[in-house]
Amino acid sequence: MGRLKTIGRRAFLVGSAAVVGGVAFGFYLYKKPVENPLLEDLAEGAAALTPYVRVDADGVTLITPRADKGQGAYSVQAAMIAEELDVELDQIRVDPGVPSPAYWNTALAAEAVPFAATDQGAMATAARGTVGAVMKIMGMQITGGSSTVADGFEKLRIAGAVARETLKAAAAQKTGVAVARLRTQGGAVILPDGREIPYQELASEASQIAPVTEVALRQPAQWRLIGKPMLRVDMVAKSTGTLDYGIDARLDGMVHAAVVLNPRQGGALNSFDASAAKGMRGVKKIVPVTGGVGVIADNTWRAFQAAAAVECDWGPAVFAPEMADHWAELEQAFDTDPDSQGRDDGDVENALGETPLTAEYRAPYLAHAPLEPINAVVLIKDGRVDVWTGTQVPRFTQNNVAAIAGVEPEQVHIHAQMMGGSFGHRLEDEVARRCTELAMEMQGVPVKLTFSREQDFGHDYLRPAAIARMRGAVAEGTVKTLDLAVSAPSVLASQMGERQGMAMPGPDSSISQALWDQPYGIENYRVTAHRARNMAPVSSWRSVGASQNAFFHEGFLSELITAAGGDQLDQRIALCTDDVSRRVLQTVGDMSNWGRDLGPNRGRGVAFCMSFGTPVAEVVEVTSTPEGIRIDNVFVATDVGRVIDPVNFENLVQGGVVFGLGHAMNCEITIADGGIEQTNFHEYEGMRMYQCPRITVKALEQNSHIRGIGEPPVPPAAPALASAIFDATGVRLREMPFNKFVDFV
Amino acid sequence: MQVTFPAQALYLWERRLEGYTVKLTVNGAEHFIDVEPEMPLLWVLRDELGITGPKYGCGIAQCGACTVHIDGMAVRSCSVEVGAVEGEVTTIEGLGTPDSLHAVQAAWVEHQVAQCGYCQSGQIMAAASLLEMNSDPTDEDIDAAMSANLCRCGTYPRIRAAVKTAASRMNGA
Ligand code: FES
Ligand code: FES
Repeated sequence: MGRLKTIGRRAFLVGSAAVVGGVAFGFYLYKKPVENPLLEDLAEGAAALTPYVRVDADGVTLITPRADKGQGAYSVQAAMIAEELDVELDQIRVDPGVPSPAYWNTALAAEAVPFAATDQGAMATAARGTVGAVMKIMGMQITGGSSTVADGFEKLRIAGAVARETLKAAAAQKTGVAVARLRTQGGAVILPDGREIPYQELASEASQIAPVTEVALRQPAQWRLIGKPMLRVDMVAKSTGTLDYGIDARLDGMVHAAVVLNPRQGGALNSFDASAAKGMRGVKKIVPVTGGVGVIADNTWRAFQAAAAVECDWGPAVFAPEMADHWAELEQAFDTDPDSQGRDDGDVENALGETPLTAEYRAPYLAHAPLEPINAVVLIKDGRVDVWTGTQVPRFTQNNVAAIAGVEPEQVHIHAQMMGGSFGHRLEDEVARRCTELAMEMQGVPVKLTFSREQDFGHDYLRPAAIARMRGAVAEGTVKTLDLAVSAPSVLASQMGERQGMAMPGPDSSISQALWDQPYGIENYRVTAHRARNMAPVSSWRSVGASQNAFFHEGFLSELITAAGGDQLDQRIALCTDDVSRRVLQTVGDMSNWGRDLGPNRGRGVAFCMSFGTPVAEVVEVTSTPEGIRIDNVFVATDVGRVIDPVNFENLVQGGVVFGLGHAMNCEITIADGGIEQTNFHEYEGMRMYQCPRITVKALEQNSHIRGIGEPPVPPAAPALASAIFDATGVRLREMPFNKFVDFV
Repeated sequence: MQVTFPAQALYLWERRLEGYTVKLTVNGAEHFIDVEPEMPLLWVLRDELGITGPKYGCGIAQCGACTVHIDGMAVRSCSVEVGAVEGEVTTIEGLGTPDSLHAVQAAWVEHQVAQCGYCQSGQIMAAASLLEMNSDPTDEDIDAAMSANLCRCGTYPRIRAAVKTAASRMNGA
């Protein structure tokens, strides 16, 4: 921890600023002042602080630019502040803030650099620093890449500590008692005689004095909250139906809208006939929007009904219309120059010899399909635009809405809403854009646009389909050569390039994410990434490139280990070059009692993946029953350096495993006639309760870096399941979803 | 619609003259609403009555996010026409409140089941109805009753544990 403190002092400039009715604590950008949303009302020159915590008459407020899409981000961040500031969790309010370039996300940016997360060498560290600067300039404010904990771990605690010491200094000034004799507890400064001064009452004094920035962070042994189970701040609301999500937003005079968009995704609207729909009950207006028609009515269901009654003449497909074309494009991309070659150890060509083992693996397109369909409320009035929506990219949304509404971005006010899941879906802002088009037609009236589940499925930006071609050789009972080539479209080019208009030069590291940087020492080891032409628009999906790449890499590695006659776990441990990862593998072996006799018709598999710097190993145990495969047990070991809340941590890991297994079992998105074929959950089921195995989780805390856990449990699930099914049945699964080849109970 | 005594019949008749087409009892309160009888109960609750605990997830009885009780039975409100509703509707708001949690809700908080939480209104209503009918469900009973409710966040292990805790509490354990 001593080391963290140093980094904190060196890299961040902490400070405070008076804000209306109180004081805010946060960090200065060290390059140049950036506009600061909270300080609009202040004089020039004071506006360079990014606030993390505010103390005013309402008490303590965490100001967080990091969206909570279900992963408990608010609670985890509140705990980090509370640990130093000595407030109880339920005394902290959360203000999702307003979009501002002042919030940048250094931990996520670091992942975009092609250095292995385990590589802490000077080159790698320097390169990560550079990308951090680039992200700051672009003003991105993104929740993704499992970075909330990593990014906030130091900053939030430091902000809390500075706030605490400054409030004590204010109390000393007010009472004449020396700072050394003051304590803090429960959101108040405690005087030696036991009298308490609530922070609220010190806010204005604190805003008048220089912040106390020389603070020592508390040692882990002193922690009262971090690492202990905590009741998440939203748990009661989420268990009583009293938490409002974006879809529940209600404004006076609000109208309800639906859209019907060209089923040939991204295609144009040639013409439409609304004569039948116009007369339907409750319909107020029917207008064309980009790629379709919008219906504004007095009730969501009436809007859905009327949208279905609009007759549309749709333009042609804008990308290859059939799934076979997409697979062909992915195949052809292997003949193009590589997008990157992240690894080329030893002499692969020679080592492969005359008769290498070969295999081709495939992963389909996938939809995000969080349970809350995308939605937004937009109100345009007197040149000001207000947007209520659940978003991971408020800054992009602000710009895109401004462009449609014809106003300056400063006139667009984003009110971030709670999200009913995301998995990357809300890194896009399609719904806010379409809703703005509708609101333009209804000036002064708040318009809520809810995508029907069918529209949400049909217009999702997908997890890329991908193919891997692999060759390998074994000798002396071990894996000597692994040559892996992958072909996938570029998420960066589609998501950031096509849809956000940003130049995305250079290779797309997500194509080879979690392939080239795995901590295995294989003598001859090559990873080549080919970029396929973008066809269907693609996007980040929980764990991004790792979601399909771990299946490829670990799936084929299992085949090689089998060919070498080795044990799946022992061989991985023997090949592993990273101490933290090796301990994770050993731990999952111990947890699952690896090697014990499982009994007839049963099998086990293990897989490992390092993604976003977090090593995760999973063991899956299955039984082959007459009705099909039943998944009995999953064991997960990981190391994130520091677990902030063990309960939420376990929940996230289990959820990631369910997500990974469910999609591997039975989910795929296919393309026909230029559009997505699947329309609803009956064609895209994922895992249901009766299929859910027992999932045992163990977290080590030896990683020297603080890492996130939202995404890393997903990638190993599919290959571990495939390996277990092979062990139980002898059926080798090289393509997802697996239910094309085996039945599941 | 059940008319049990004349005063109520008269009252209903008057409402009907005023243009109300549907009478609905939700969480103990009577509502007279002017909507098409074929409008799904879900959208009457959400958009007409402002009761937003029941969620829209699929609209075709596949996900269970919209689960409410009609006379204690769990139903998918997205797939029940409001005109066909006979009996009293209970939504998550009527099951218990933050100050007075139902045993199932208390178990949900204790086990910290929710991630995004969007499915949980429906999960809790399904569980409450299960325990109403079967106070001591086996693992298979729980799986059978709860498998119509999707959780995209994958909270199933905690749902299972919470249902068991709620069952033992309700049985006085
Ligand atoms: S919304 Fe009713 S079951 Fe999905
Ligand atoms: S908690 Fe998110 S869908 Fe269940």
